[in-house]
Amino acid sequence: MPLETKISIKDFNFYYDSSQALRNINLDIRPKEIFTVFGPARSGKTTLLKSLNRLTDLIFGANHTGSIFLDGMDIFDSNVDLIKLRRRIGMVFDLPTPLPMSIFDNVAYGPKLSGKTKKCLNEIVEKSLKSAVLWEEVKDRLHTSALRLSGGQQQRLCIARVLALEPEVLLLDEPCSGLDPISTASIEETLVQLKKDYTIVLVPHNIQQASRVADRAGFFLNGDLIEEGPVYQIFTKPREKRTENYVTGRFG
Amino acid sequence: MEVKEKIIEKIFLLIALSSVTILALITFFIFEEGLPLILKIGPKAFLLGEKWIPSKGSFGIFPMIVSSFWVTLGALLIGIPLGLACTIFLSELIPPSIGILLRPAIQLLAAIPSVIYGFWGLIVLVPLIQNYLGGPGLSILAGSLVLGFMILPTIITISEDSLKALPPSYKAGALALGATHWQAIWRVLIPAAKSGIVASVILGMGRAIGETMAMIMILGNAVKLPSSFLDSARTLTTNIGIEMGYASGDHRQALFATGIVLFFIIMSLNTLAIFLSRRRTR
Amino acid sequence: MIWTAALSTIAVMILILFQILREGLPVLHLSFFLESPKSMGREGGIFSTIIGTIALTGVAILFGAPLGVGTAVFLREYTRESKISRIIRFGTDCLAGVPSIIFGLFGFVFFVIKLNMGWSILSGGLTLTAMILPTVISTTEESIRGISPSYREVSYSLGATKWQTITRVVLPSALPGILTGILLSVGRSIGETAAVILTAGSSLVMPTSLFSPIRTMAVHFYILAREGISMEMAYGTGATLILLVLMINVIAQWLINRYIRRRA
Repeated sequence: MPLETKISIKDFNFYYDSSQALRNINLDIRPKEIFTVFGPARSGKTTLLKSLNRLTDLIFGANHTGSIFLDGMDIFDSNVDLIKLRRRIGMVFDLPTPLPMSIFDNVAYGPKLSGKTKKCLNEIVEKSLKSAVLWEEVKDRLHTSALRLSGGQQQRLCIARVLALEPEVLLLDEPCSGLDPISTASIEETLVQLKKDYTIVLVPHNIQQASRVADRAGFFLNGDLIEEGPVYQIFTKPREKRTENYVTGRFG
Repeated sequence: MEVKEKIIEKIFLLIALSSVTILALITFFIFEEGLPLILKIGPKAFLLGEKWIPSKGSFGIFPMIVSSFWVTLGALLIGIPLGLACTIFLSELIPPSIGILLRPAIQLLAAIPSVIYGFWGLIVLVPLIQNYLGGPGLSILAGSLVLGFMILPTIITISEDSLKALPPSYKAGALALGATHWQAIWRVLIPAAKSGIVASVILGMGRAIGETMAMIMILGNAVKLPSSFLDSARTLTTNIGIEMGYASGDHRQALFATGIVLFFIIMSLNTLAIFLSRRRTR
Repeated sequence: MIWTAALSTIAVMILILFQILREGLPVLHLSFFLESPKSMGREGGIFSTIIGTIALTGVAILFGAPLGVGTAVFLREYTRESKISRIIRFGTDCLAGVPSIIFGLFGFVFFVIKLNMGWSILSGGLTLTAMILPTVISTTEESIRGISPSYREVSYSLGATKWQTITRVVLPSALPGILTGILLSVGRSIGETAAVILTAGSSLVMPTSLFSPIRTMAVHFYILAREGISMEMAYGTGATLILLVLMINVIAQWLINRYIRRRA
C-alpha cells in the first residue's frame, strides 16, 4: 500500500439486513486532506462514514463484506480495540447534538473516559475550544448548559468535543445543515485550518461547499462510487456522464 | 474490557429476571401451601361447600365466591356508568384547561389508601344504610358503593386513554355528516373505543375482586350465603384477611387455598385485559 | 345528565377527604407526631408507627429501586423485542395485577416462615419491594424511552463503552422519571395495609433492628378504626395518611409536568 494512504477501503459492500446500501466501494483517502463524499440523498454517504468508525456496529441487522484499513490495520479485525478506534476517528453529526451537560463537560466527555486528571482536562478543553474557534465566545461560561448555545455554536462545540480526543481522522456528516450562512462560513474556515493536522472526510451540505473546501471528491449514487478525483477535475471536467449530470444540476 | 462489558450485561439480565422470578415464587408458594388442602377435601367440597367452620374442619368457600361476585357486580353497576360519565365529561365536555386540573386530581384520588375509603364507609355509609334501609348496615350494599368509587380512577384513566387514541377524523367525520355532539359521542366514539373501555372495566373488576382492607371494614363478618344486598358477607379476600392472623394447620392451608382461587380469577381477568389492550394497539 | 353524574362523583370524592381532614386536622399537634401510642393507641401519638412506616418504605425502596431501574435498563439498552423481553414484560404486567392480600400471603410464607425472618421490617419491606417493582420498572422505562437516541450515538462515537454510556448519559437524563417512579412507590408503600399486617406484624413497640416487628401508620389506622379503640386517634392518623399521600403525589405530578415539558 502506498505510504500516502490514511484510509483504504477495499471491495466494501454494506447491507442493512438484506437491502444493500454500499456496492463494491474501492477508495483511498490520503493523510491530511479534505476528502468530500457527495451525491444525492440515499446514496450511502452517511453509511460510509459510519462504517469508518464502526458506528454501524450499533445497528441491528447491519453487515458487510470487504475491508477498511486505517494506517494498514483492518478496522474490522476482532483484535481491534473498538474504543481506541473511535477515538482515533472522530465524528461530527449533521444535527448539532450537545450532550445534556455543561459546555465544559461536553468537551471533557471523551478525555474523561480515559481517566485524564482535572488539570489535564482544563488544558484539553481550552485547546479544543480554541481549535474549534469557540473559546472566546464561551470561556466565561464553561459550566453553563451547552443546550443554551446557538446552533452554530453547538456545532462548533461538537467539533471541539471530537478534537479533545486528539483523533487522527475527522468524519463530518453535513456539519453545516440547519446553520445560517455566517455560522456555515466560520465552520468552513475552521475546517480549512484543521486540515493541517487532521485527515478529514466530509459529506457536504451542497456541491458549492464541497468545491469551496475539499481537496479531492468522490461522487456516490445509489450505493456506488461513480468516480473520484481532485475537486477541480470532478466539478469542471467529470469523466462520467452521471457525475456531470449531478454536478450541473440536471438531477439531485 | 470486552469481558467486563459481557459480565455487566449478564448482571443486568439477572436483575431483569427478578419480576418473573418473584411471580414464579408467589405462584409456587401459594400453591404449595394451599393445594394440599384442596386435594385433601376435594375441589368440589372446597369450591361448592356452603359451610366454613374451621374448628370442625369444614372449608367450603362457596358463600365467599358468591359474595365476591355480588360485591363486584354492585361495584361495576356503580363504577361503569359513573366512570363512563366522568370519562366523557373529561374528554368531551369540558375545556382542556379544566381537564389539566381534573386529571391529576383523579390520579390523586387513586393514590388514597383503601383503608381511608373503608373508614369513610364505616363512619358514614354503614349507619346511613342501617338507619334508612335496615339490616346491620355492614353490608354488600355498603361494600359495592365504596368499591364502585374506588375503581373509578382505573376505569376513567384507561377509557380516556382509548378515547384519546382515536383518530380525530372519527369525530370530525361524524360531525361533518350532520351528527350532533351527543350522537357523535354515543354512536361513533364510544363504540370505536370499545375494546379499551372493556379492558378498563375488566381491570377495574380485577381491582374490585382483589380489594381487602376496605371490605373487611364495611362488609361485616357473616360466613353465610347472602340473600340480599343488605346482608353482611365475606368475600374471598376478607376471608383471608380476617382469619390469617390466628389460623394454623389445616385452617391456614384453607386460607392459602382461598388465595389460589383468588389468584386464579384475577390472573385470568388481567391476562384478558392485557390481551384486549394489546389487540387494540395493533 | 352526564354533567350531574360527573359532578356528583367529584363531589362525593371531595366529601370523603374533607370529612376525614375536618375531624382529623385538629388532632395533629406536634405531640401527636412525637409521642408513641399508649394504652393500645387510645392515647399518646403515632411516633412508633411513623418510624415503622419510614423503615418499611426505606427497605422497599432500597431493594426496589435498583431492581426496577436495572430491569428497565436491560429492557431498553440490552435487548430488542425478543422472547426474553416479552417474558419479562409479561411477568411485570402480571405482577402489577396481583392483589395485595396475595402479596401478604406470599410474604408470610416466604419471608416470615421459610426464610425465618419472622414478622419484621425486613419481611414487610421485601414484600413491598415486590409490590412496587412494576411501578419503578414502567416509569423508568418511559423515562429512558424519552431520551434522544442521538445522545447514545454521540457517546459511543466518542469512544465510550455501553456501561459508560448508561451511567454517564442515559441514567442522568432519566433521573427525573426514576425519581417520579420512586416517589409514587413511596406513596403506595405508605398506604399499603393488607400485605404489611401479614408480614411486619402490628407491634407498637419501637423497633430495635431490621428484624423487629413494626406497625405502620396505615395498619395503625386500620386497627384503631376496626377495633373502635379511639375515633379521635383514628381521624388523626387518617388525616396524616391523606396529607402525606397527597403531598407525595402532588410532587410526583409536578416532576412529571416539569420533565415532560422539558422534553417537548
